[in-house]
Amino acid sequence: MAGEKIEKKYTTISIPTPLAEKIKKRIEGTGFTNVSSYVTYVLREILAGIEEEKTDEAFTKEDEERIKERLRALGYLD
Amino acid sequence: MPKPHGGKLIDRTTKKQIDTKNLQTIEINTNQAEDILNIAHGVFSPLEGFQNRDDLENIIIHKRLTDDTPWTIPILLDADEKQLNNIKEDDTILLTNKEIGVKATLDIEEIYTYDKKTIAQAIYKTLDKNHPGVNNIYNMKPKLIGGKITLLETKPRKFDEYNLTPQETRILFKEKNWREIVAFQTRNPPHIGHEYVQKTALTFVDGLFINPIIGKKKTGDFKDEVILKAYETLIKHYYLKNRAVMSILRTSMKYAGPREAIHHAIMRKNFGCTHFIVGRDHAGVGNYYGPYDAHEIFEEFPDIGITPIFFRSFSRCTKCNAVVNDKICPHDQKYHINFSGKKIREILRNGETPPEDMMRKEVAETILQFKEPFVK
Ligand SMILES: [Zn+2]
Repeated sequence: MAGEKIEKKYTTISIPTPLAEKIKKRIEGTGFTNVSSYVTYVLREILAGIEEEKTDEAFTKEDEERIKERLRALGYLD
Repeated sequence: MPKPHGGKLIDRTTKKQIDTKNLQTIEINTNQAEDILNIAHGVFSPLEGFQNRDDLENIIIHKRLTDDTPWTIPILLDADEKQLNNIKEDDTILLTNKEIGVKATLDIEEIYTYDKKTIAQAIYKTLDKNHPGVNNIYNMKPKLIGGKITLLETKPRKFDEYNLTPQETRILFKEKNWREIVAFQTRNPPHIGHEYVQKTALTFVDGLFINPIIGKKKTGDFKDEVILKAYETLIKHYYLKNRAVMSILRTSMKYAGPREAIHHAIMRKNFGCTHFIVGRDHAGVGNYYGPYDAHEIFEEFPDIGITPIFFRSFSRCTKCNAVVNDKICPHDQKYHINFSGKKIREILRNGETPPEDMMRKEVAETILQFKEPFVK
């Protein structure tokens, strides 16, 4: 990084031309400056939604009991 | 409760005895030691260590890690030639900090050079060395070390009784049956404007998580113990016990404005919060950022996984006879009295009690009980 310029990292993905045209119209007058930035935004939003639906990993019973004890000792829990 | 950032709560602590006798040691500064604690306890999830060049470059350009996870503030470990004497990539070394008693191992993945101006311009949007964050970058040593850390030791510290890890807050929120939790970030004792913001947000969720950043301060700032006691008083007198909790966050302010607002939101997501209050000129300093830059940047992150709640400034309207903001009061500026932190500080500095429509009487009394509430 010292001296040399950092390259932006992008790749090309094909979408049907009519869809691209439709998106072009859709983003007129919005903050999106091009089709790519809109598609990126939408994909990130969708993927994040899917990730969120996966179940959360649980703590071990011992961890949880030890933590609850500390929380009670500090007055955070009754 | 939202999943931790990046999907998994990181735990880089170990109970195993690790023989460190033969490891080369670098003494790190206290901010870096705090970073280690925050990595180890998952506050910085998904980070497992100090950043490599790829992640740093991606953060600079895309405001994201190499796996596309939003991340806006680089977490870096700098070192000079003298410290790196005989240390090379793939070594495991020991990082120590005497001041807060941190000991951690670092599995070095990469040692690399970097350009300070590139970082300063990207993160702080300025090269002005009067900016405290830029100044810190300019004072960094010439090389960076990337790699995973493992926390071996820390020692008891002041305010530990207010310090909860993300694992602990997540269990606390679950025990309280809070599903939606709004986080409030602060560096000051509460005035009526703060209380109003918090309660407005709290009205729509289950619980309020007050999370003051404590640590390094500037002359004239309120001392940490003053902030904590002032909030305890406010909570005791004006909040429902099962609707508000406070714990501290030990991390240094970067004053990176919008980028730091994202970073602040990510940390609170890791604590288990679903919402994060972003104020006017959040994490700003001087005039480097527009007052609502920290609001706008959230538009770049549909996948951040915590909902920002934007507040513009609140004031007291003498015509409404209420605390108002620009969305709810139609009256002219001349009827508005702003909650000026600066003015309240001045009054308190003279040992006087601010008017009750600026600060709760009990809060002011708590602050005035301190012989010297300010950092000298
Ligand atoms: Zn009004």
